[in-house]
Formats: sequence, C-alpha cells, structure tokens
Amino acid sequence: MKVETGTVHALVGENGAGKSTVMKILYGMQRPDGGEILVNGQAVNFKNPNDAIDASIGMVHQHFMLADNFTVLENIILGAEPKHGITIDFAAARKKVAEMSAAYGLDYRGARILIFDEPTAVLVPQEVDDLFNALKGLRAEGMAIIFISHKLDEVLRVADDVTVVRAGSTVAQVKSKDVTARELAELMVGSELPQPTTHGDTRRPEVTLSLKDVSVPTKSGSRDLISHISFDLQAGEVIGIAGVEGNGQAELVEAIMGLREYTGQIEFKGKNIDNYSVAHRHDAGIGLIPEDRQRQALMMNSPLWENRILGHQRSKPVMRGFILDKKATIADTRVIMDEFDVRAPGPHTLATALSGGNQQKFIVGREMSKAPALLVASHPTRGVDVGAQAAIWDELRSAREKGMAIVLISADLEELIGMSDRLLVMLRGAITAELNPQKTTPEQLGSAMTGAQ
Amino acid sequence: MKKPSTSKVLLAVAAPIAAAVVSIVVSSFAVLASKKSPMDAYKTMWEFGTQAGSLLEVLNIATPYYIAAIAIAVTFRAGLFNIGVEGQLRLGALFSAYLSAKFVLPPVLHVLAVFLIAMTVGGLWAAIAAYLKVKRGVSEVISTIMLNSLAVGLTSFLFSQYFAEITEGSNNLTTKTLPASAQVPDLMPLLNKLGVEDQPGGGVYGMLLVAIALGIAFWFIVNRTRFGFELRASGANPIAARVSGVNSKKMIFLALVISGAIAGLAGLPDILGDTHSYTMGFRPGVGFTAIAVALLGRNGALGMAISALLFGFLEVSSRSLELIDIAPETYVIMQGSILLSSVIAYEVIRRYKITLQSKELAKAVAA
Repeated sequence: MKVETGTVHALVGENGAGKSTVMKILYGMQRPDGGEILVNGQAVNFKNPNDAIDASIGMVHQHFMLADNFTVLENIILGAEPKHGITIDFAAARKKVAEMSAAYGLDYRGARILIFDEPTAVLVPQEVDDLFNALKGLRAEGMAIIFISHKLDEVLRVADDVTVVRAGSTVAQVKSKDVTARELAELMVGSELPQPTTHGDTRRPEVTLSLKDVSVPTKSGSRDLISHISFDLQAGEVIGIAGVEGNGQAELVEAIMGLREYTGQIEFKGKNIDNYSVAHRHDAGIGLIPEDRQRQALMMNSPLWENRILGHQRSKPVMRGFILDKKATIADTRVIMDEFDVRAPGPHTLATALSGGNQQKFIVGREMSKAPALLVASHPTRGVDVGAQAAIWDELRSAREKGMAIVLISADLEELIGMSDRLLVMLRGAITAELNPQKTTPEQLGSAMTGAQ
Repeated sequence: MKKPSTSKVLLAVAAPIAAAVVSIVVSSFAVLASKKSPMDAYKTMWEFGTQAGSLLEVLNIATPYYIAAIAIAVTFRAGLFNIGVEGQLRLGALFSAYLSAKFVLPPVLHVLAVFLIAMTVGGLWAAIAAYLKVKRGVSEVISTIMLNSLAVGLTSFLFSQYFAEITEGSNNLTTKTLPASAQVPDLMPLLNKLGVEDQPGGGVYGMLLVAIALGIAFWFIVNRTRFGFELRASGANPIAARVSGVNSKKMIFLALVISGAIAGLAGLPDILGDTHSYTMGFRPGVGFTAIAVALLGRNGALGMAISALLFGFLEVSSRSLELIDIAPETYVIMQGSILLSSVIAYEVIRRYKITLQSKELAKAVAA
C-alpha cells in the first residue's frame, strides 16, 4: 500500500480482513513479522506508539481512546508531552493547543500522516460533513491521510485512492473516481451490498413492552437523564430509537434492563417488571446486545464457550441445576458458531482473538439462542463488515417475523430507517418526535436528531 | 492434528521450565555472592530436603500455605485482592483455640466447632473490608492491609492480657490446652500402614486431609458451578458480569467473606496437630507467603498445591545451608526469583498464545 502526500487514502475491507492490524503496525502497537514501512522514503521500525508519533504519524481511534480521568488538554498531549526538565510544561501546551483548536483542533502533535479509524461511526450526517471539510483542509496543507471506513459512499466522497484488503492481503488499489460503491463492495466480499430492509407488517396485537412515564434522574437528582418516556412495543414490531449519542439512549437501555434506577413503570408481556432484578429480566425473556461489545458483553480473555454462559448462567443448556454443564455448553457454542457463521477455530478460541464482526455475530447468536420475546439491540452492526451486517439484519428480520419485539438503537440512519416499523427521536433525554420510517430520509432524520427541524 | 498438540504441550511446559532456569541462575548469583559454590548449596539442600523426615515436615509447612493460598485465590478469581489473610488467620486461630478449650464435645463435633469458630472470626474480620468496599467503595487492598495491623495488635493484646496462661516451668505464654476431643489425630499411624517408617520428631498433621478436601472443593465450585462462574465473570469483566445479571456487590461481599473464612482455617494446622494451644511462637507471615504461593500456582487448585509444596521444600531444605556456612535466608531470594520469573514467563507465554490464536484464526478465515 502506497500513500501519497496531499491525498486522502481509504483502506477498506471486511472486519477481520486485517485493516486494524495494518493500522496497529503503522502506529507501533504491533510488530510486523516481515516487510518494511517507509516514511518519506526512509525505512522505519516502530517499537511503540511513541516512535510513530515521533515520525509524525497521528491516530484517531475508532473507540475514544482517552484516559477518562484526564482533562482534554492532558489527553491531547498524552504521549507527546512538552517537557520542562522533568515536569510537563502545561502553559506552553495550553497555548499551542488553543492556537491549533482555532484552526482544526487536531494537529497539536505535529502529525503529517493522520490515520482515522472509522471516524464517522458515531457522527450524524451534519457532523460528517464538517469532518470531511476538515479533512479536505488538511489534505490541502499537504498531509497524508489514511481513512478507514465501512461506509463505502463516504469513502468515495472523501478519498482519492482506495486500497481494498481481504483476508489479510491487498486485493486492489484503485482511484476512487474509477469505481462505484458496488464495485468496491464486491472487491471486499465478492458479493452484493446488503440492504437493511424489512418486508410487510408483522405486528401482532399483543404488547410485549410498555413504558409508562419512565424517567432516570441524575445521581444528584438535579435533572433527568431520560424524562417521561412512554411507548408501547408490540410483538413482531421493531421500534427504532434515533438520536445523537449521549441523548439518553444508553440510559433508556439500562432502565429497560434494570441496570439503573428509574421512576415510572415498565411492563413486559403485560406484567409489571419494576421490581425484577437484571438477572430476572434476562430470564423472563429479554435479550440484550449491548452497545460496547468488548466492555459489556464479553470476557475477552476467556474462551468462547465460557462467553456463551454469560447472561445465561441460570438456565439450560448451560446449567443443570447449580452445576455447569461444560460438555453441553461447548456443544451449544459450536451450534451458535455454525448457525451464525462465527469464524473461529472452535469454542476454545479466546474472544479477544476474534474480529469485531465475528464477536458481534457470536453475541447476537448467544442472545437469539434463548429465543427472547424482546431484544434490546444497541448498535447491533456498529463496526462490523458488510457480510456480518447482512447476517445480523437477516437474523433480526426472521426473529421479527416470528413475533420478537425489538428496540433498535443505532447511529446508522439507514439501518434505523430500513429496519424499523416506527422511529422515535431522542433529544436531551426526551422523545421529541415520532416518524414514519417509510416517509423519512436520512437527512430529515438527522435534522430531527439535532433538533434543527 | 498431531503437530498442534505437540506445540500445545511445549507451550504448557515452556513457562515453568523457563522460570526454573532463570530462578536457578539468579539464586546461583546469590550463593556466589557469599563466595560459595552454588552446586554445593543445591546438592546439600537436595540431600537434606529429600530425607524422609524433611519431606514429612514439608507437608506440615505446606498445609497452612495451601489453605491460605486458596483463601487468596478466591478473591483473585473475583478480581479482588485480599491481602488481609494474615490478620484473618491470626484472629481465627486465637479465638478458636481460646474458646474451644472452654468446652468439651464428642471428638469429631469438637473439631468442627473449632473450624466453625475460626471460619466465623476470619469471615467477620474480612466482612469489615467487604462492607467498606461494597458500601463505601474503599479499596479492599488498602483496607485489608490496615486491618492486618489491627489484627496483629489485637491478637497480641487479647492473648497477653486475657487469653494466655503461663506454662509451668517456662516463660512461654499459651492459651489453655485443647481437650483431646478437639485435637486432630496425626496421619503417621496411617502412613505406617502404607509402609512409611516413623521419623524422629516427625508426624503429619491431619489437617493435610482438610487442605486436600478444600482444594478439591475450590476447584469444583470455581470451575463447575454457577456461583463459581459468576465469581470468575466478576473478575474477568465486572461490567459485562453486571450487564448479564450478576449481582456484583453480592459477589464482592461473598468473595471477601468466604476468603476470610478459609483464611481462618489456615491458622489451625499447627494448633490442632502440634501445639494444641495458641502460643507465643505462632508462625508469623503465613498469610503473606501464601500470596506468593497463590501467584506462583496461578490460582489453580493443583498449581497452588505444587507451589505450596515447593515453598515448603525450600524452607525446610534451606536449613541445611548453615552446615556449609551459607545464610539460610538465601531461600527467600530463591522464593522471590522463582515467583518473579514465573509470573513473567507465564505472561510472555499468554501473549504468545493469543498471537498464535490470531494467526490460526486468520488461516481459518482465509480457508
């Protein structure tokens, strides 16, 4: 792969194709087995991210890789601290960061090569436009930008060159003006781009989930994180929750799962479940695909079969009474891996060895295995490749047809519009609009999410 | 299929072998520093340590180490760290020795009463740290360290001021001697039947059997029950555990209290099998050495048994170093280097395994 100065170079490929590995090597987080990296014609050997930072390479991570307890300033200079003897010269750093923020807010570290790993995953369309304008500005300044994304239309909009990787090898390097999104998708997976669509109305009369005036106050009680949320969800219905991240979606999920104290009432299959524990709600038939799979849904250093147990440790086939049935669990893990096309050597593989898409397929399979009456799906296809995305959509569709109710939270507006029967827009903790997905474009939905109307 | 299995076996033995080599090298330098031949030192230790009498003593020393290591492992598995085993076992030992000498029960029941008192006292003492952690978010590491100081002071005070009697004809303070019904019989008669001959001054504590039973129970509960899974899940990923319906506060509380209760038992082998009372000579530091035993044994029932025996062996056999003019404390250096090199070796192997799995996976995906 060759990236020229003053260009935006997109790196695309399925999850597990090796994009993240390439980036980790470029940023000194992993060592290559062979081959070489040249920066401005000079061979380099990065032992750690500091070497990469010194070579003017900057990285914008997919997940917000920030030290939570640090200030914004401290996070910006982390790894590139201006030294004053052995102390950090905060005054100088602050001044420089302020200057840079005025321009773009991102080139404090003096990077000349910037890597963006799925930067648009958490942005609304308007913010994506801002980011792309910034990228064009940086390109004009002569920077080299490597842009990783699954969204091929974005790739074509912003990139000059595209490198496609599949199964760890480069399969094509093309000019973006010479290809279409469809051709790129075919290069990536050798199949058609999946569409998030559902067919017909599968709604059944019975109400699966009912929220009445549900509010979650902050710890101090000064204001509501979500306020007075009410909706009914029927069996066989998908309700889409749209909103810029941080507007109460996470708290809504936590309230439904019993992970957070709330006021108001939640009914599940006609029964009030306000006094149910988290475990009780799982067992009653509520499945959950959490938004952050690695933090909330997996034990990364444990084998898949042990991860199979998580959330199901109170029922068959995993348990016989209080005793763990290892054999049955391993067998069932194998079934999930087959049915949901989880690509891994076997049930004894550690979760951390799997690509994001395969981890997610495994989690979806795990939740589906108990045939829940209600599935709360937070960003079910975030950061997964098109193949896994299509597979997950298929699962949700067929479950919906069988009468499963789904609360779908997503930042992917096409997914929301395509998969939902009804759309609710959340802004600052409240539902501010209900839209008919069949009459809504992503742009309209984006406007509703920011409250711009 | 044959090749990967050989490489798996190699991987499994690589870490202990690498650790052993490194620690022998480091220890050799320690012996060289006192201008003595490492070979002589190892030979002397081996010859002395493998005598039948020494081996029986190794068992007696390893027994409390093993029980205390299990106590620590319970918390390690739950992502917690109970450094307070020393304090818990001292309080448990003192109270059970003192209280149990005050009444008489039928033989087996009396011993169970001793166990019960020791476990209750140890568990209650640990419950202070558990309560602080669950209700106030106080780190259990800090609170158990501080509770250790309190416990050591408290036992000394209670023992010397209230619980102890002066033994006739000596300056030694002890609690009242336990009645015969509260003593755990020695295993020597049993071993005689198996062909082991009596050794001068040697017996084998009956508590050894309790330790073995505890080890099996630990393995089964942690690896094969729902409680054990929830405990491990809380340790592996507390957030995911909570999302999956594990009551994390309950798990934290239980892990620490159970750990304290097991720690209470760890103070008993010497008392029930040898001294039959709490004495001034109560063996110090078992709760701290057990941390190393648990680490070296990687919190596994079998691994900790091996490392407890190894530590016991080093302790007993190093006494012979005095015979050839080497400070017996050299064994502390050996313990330390074994621990450090094995922790490092296991981490290196663990990372290598993950890399290996990723490669296997890439192959599987490409195929």
